[in-house]
Amino acid sequence: MRRSKPTSSSTRSSIRSRPRKVASAKQLGDLQALMAGAIMRPLTPRGGMEKTSAPVANAIIKRNDRLTSFERLEIYNRQYWYRILGCIYDDYPGLRAVIGERKFDRLVHAYLARYPSESFTLRNLGRRLGKFLRAEPKWAAPHQELAMDMVRLEWAHIVAFDEATKPAIHVDDLLGRDPAKIRLALQPYITLLEVRYPVDDLLIAAKHGDDRLRGEASNAVELHHKRVSRVRFRHLKPQPLYIAVHRMNCTVYYKSLTREQFEVLRALQRGATLEKACAVLVKRGGSAAKDSAAQVQQWFQEWTSFGWFCQR
Amino acid sequence: MPANRFNSFTDYGIGIGLRVPHYQHILTRKPVVDWFEIISENFMVDGGRPLQVLDQILEQYRVVQHGVSMYFGSAEKLNREHLKKLKALVKRTKTPWLSDHLCWGSVDGRYTHDLLPMPYTFAAAKVTAQKVRAVRDFVEVPIAVENVSSYAEFHASEMTEWEFLSEVVELADCGILLDVNNIYVSSKNHSFNPYDYVNNVPHHRVAQVHIAGHSKFKKYILDTHDHPVLDPVWQLYARAINLVGKTATLLEWDDSIPSFDEVHHEALKANQFIDQIQHQVAPA
Repeated sequence: MRRSKPTSSSTRSSIRSRPRKVASAKQLGDLQALMAGAIMRPLTPRGGMEKTSAPVANAIIKRNDRLTSFERLEIYNRQYWYRILGCIYDDYPGLRAVIGERKFDRLVHAYLARYPSESFTLRNLGRRLGKFLRAEPKWAAPHQELAMDMVRLEWAHIVAFDEATKPAIHVDDLLGRDPAKIRLALQPYITLLEVRYPVDDLLIAAKHGDDRLRGEASNAVELHHKRVSRVRFRHLKPQPLYIAVHRMNCTVYYKSLTREQFEVLRALQRGATLEKACAVLVKRGGSAAKDSAAQVQQWFQEWTSFGWFCQR
Repeated sequence: MPANRFNSFTDYGIGIGLRVPHYQHILTRKPVVDWFEIISENFMVDGGRPLQVLDQILEQYRVVQHGVSMYFGSAEKLNREHLKKLKALVKRTKTPWLSDHLCWGSVDGRYTHDLLPMPYTFAAAKVTAQKVRAVRDFVEVPIAVENVSSYAEFHASEMTEWEFLSEVVELADCGILLDVNNIYVSSKNHSFNPYDYVNNVPHHRVAQVHIAGHSKFKKYILDTHDHPVLDPVWQLYARAINLVGKTATLLEWDDSIPSFDEVHHEALKANQFIDQIQHQVAPA
């Protein structure tokens, strides 16, 4: 499966065959590949279609009394980018707030050119944005770490919104069972995050258009305005956090965890038995290790009341 | 009494698209609506609020599924994951029929998320019809294919759009979702008479009709679904209903969505045209 958009050289070589006829499934596929290549090619800075797509347009599309072949194909080229940019724009308000509108535009253009949609649903459009940003952090400079944290949180939010719920295990189901034999899974909609910045508060503020956030942590004066003045992250300090992104009653929540809670849950998620997951606390010698077993039991009571655990 | 063998649901009446801004109104006020059309892909998820809302809607209303990314006309193979999720949703909604577009939109597993026009050739019709049959056999509900609005025509085309639509539905032995707004938009963009289109499709295959608004630009018309239905489209709808008989009709309003009552009021205007034909004999 091709993962990148067709290069201009591959397009030129295809045009030589001039697939004007569509007399077979193969020729239909050739025409569609040619047209899709032009449609998915990034727009010029002025928002038009690249001139290099003119041979494709002339080869496959008729002109009419009002529009040239180029102009007719350009309508689809623009529609493609407006649609997918609009979608990812809506899905990543936090990232927009972190890096600003212009950098966001450049980042998502580069991302979508590298990773065009491979899903029938636009819901998955940003699935590989974290991977892309990890490989090419320059697009978020100088806020790479903050941007990376935010992208992970925003994807976790999408997962929490509509991933499956499996039958939950209740605390009573665990009573009397041998902890060395209990393996629990977390619900598919839960993501555990270890982040370096308080991106949970940042994202909530971004979604609510908090003016304080804009002055403090973003260049986004007005999210829908193209021209915004740059405001530095003067006051935003790193603050390591552990978060469980989950949902209850169809509402997504960002629940803060202690480091000990995070490690127990992560160990369970990775397949450890209940006994081994809790042994993490003893090894760390942290505050929880000194706490009574009742403390840990209280955690599990809360987590099971949220319905977080299911069968592995 | 069914109007034709592809339209067993003539009494479905006038539906509207189920859209997020109206969820609260619908769930709390429970307005009387003949049926809702859902975009299948919006509910092909594994859990969470989309399915919770859908289940609440299903308790009160009839729901028909309308897809936007099956891409019957794409040369590549059908996406199995897509089909499985679609079938699961069909079982959930018990949709009496399923519609998607006569278009293409994916190449080599990459999706444009657009409804791209077909080259109107016999080979393309054959490929498309095979996929319609395959989808119908898999999901096990009747299929209606919808004509799209378009802004480009291909050198390769060998026939008119309505001839191509007719060829596909005959080969696939399926129904038609006749979008009269799309016909109007394309007729202006490609300079044909929209009545030639409506007059010449196989009327006995029309299972559903779409109406919608559009936007006029200097050199072309764009299918934007962000306005009330314009007069020329209502006139075309009147002609279509005269020809195909009483048929389930749906108003699409997808952008700049006004209040639920405004959308519903606009949709119900279709009733005056349906009422007019109740005691008429459809012309040949």
